Amino acid sequence: MSINGHKVINIMDKIADAMEENKLYLTELDAAIGDGDHGLNMSKGFQAVKEKLKEDEETNIGEILKKTGMTLVSNVGGASGPLYGTAFMKAGMEVNGKEEINIADFERMLKAALDGIKLRGKAERNDKTMIDAIEPALNAVSNAIRQELSPKDVLKAAADAANEGVAFTKEIVARKGRASYLGERSIGHQDPGATSSALIFDIIYKEL
Amino acid sequence: MVGLVIVSHSQKLAEGVRDLAAQMAAEVPIAVAGGTGDERIGTDANKIIAGIKEVYSEDGVLIIFDLGSAYLNAEMAIEFLEDEMKEKTEIIDVAFVEGTVMAAVLSSVGKKRQEMKEELKELCVGKMP
Repeated sequence: MSINGHKVINIMDKIADAMEENKLYLTELDAAIGDGDHGLNMSKGFQAVKEKLKEDEETNIGEILKKTGMTLVSNVGGASGPLYGTAFMKAGMEVNGKEEINIADFERMLKAALDGIKLRGKAERNDKTMIDAIEPALNAVSNAIRQELSPKDVLKAAADAANEGVAFTKEIVARKGRASYLGERSIGHQDPGATSSALIFDIIYKEL
Repeated sequence: MVGLVIVSHSQKLAEGVRDLAAQMAAEVPIAVAGGTGDERIGTDANKIIAGIKEVYSEDGVLIIFDLGSAYLNAEMAIEFLEDEMKEKTEIIDVAFVEGTVMAAVLSSVGKKRQEMKEELKELCVGKMP
């Protein structure tokens, strides 16, 4: 299985729709332990991406992801702007010049995205951030590829692991971002950034 | 003189702190980058880039930020600069109000970037991730 730029743009559209549908949900999660703008930020950011890529004939997938990242940086007000922006730009650099990508490319893109997020946010797993969804997803992808599962099953493993990671964020104390000011009181709440990351993995799985 | 860019989630907060600093050091170039592009609470890398360019000179620029994403966006903004400007632009970790006022005073008396950073260490609050 390989996908082209048109399909990548289509997935960005679907992510924008998912962020719009989950705007209130993400905002409620963020209001509990943060500044309550995550839903609005993600929705605005991806709507801007959708608008930017509308009728775009770009076939270089690296370029599409770079545009996505730049648009997120410019249109998301919170920390998720530079974080998701960096993630998409780093992923794009991995496949620059390619008009088609496969599941092995996806693994490399995900690794680059995760490294970019860690570097930008200086966070690690168990800090109660989006990393708690993305790192388990990457590990699941690597394992599933090693077991020679079908690309669809690889993506399912990624989405499942990301969602398990989100559930786990309820158990831990926030050490990064606005929620870290709450300390122990952040326990019991799931992380909004991890949640939006898992939503993205859900869409990628569903759309391919 | 070293230029200053005040990055805050709130434009009002950024402007207020600039007013305070300007009372002490009116001649120092100070730019503000507050709020998002659509005037919500948040920070915006593009505004920060514009701020840096507004106050940039050979002496360089120091960026003072309030919290969280302000730092991430300031870092992002620096990465987008051309090489020479990039090398002379730095983010500092200081108490937002006191640090800005002190930085403005230090700049106004002709301190270099390195000397300013050294003196401002006493106002470090450890907010860089």
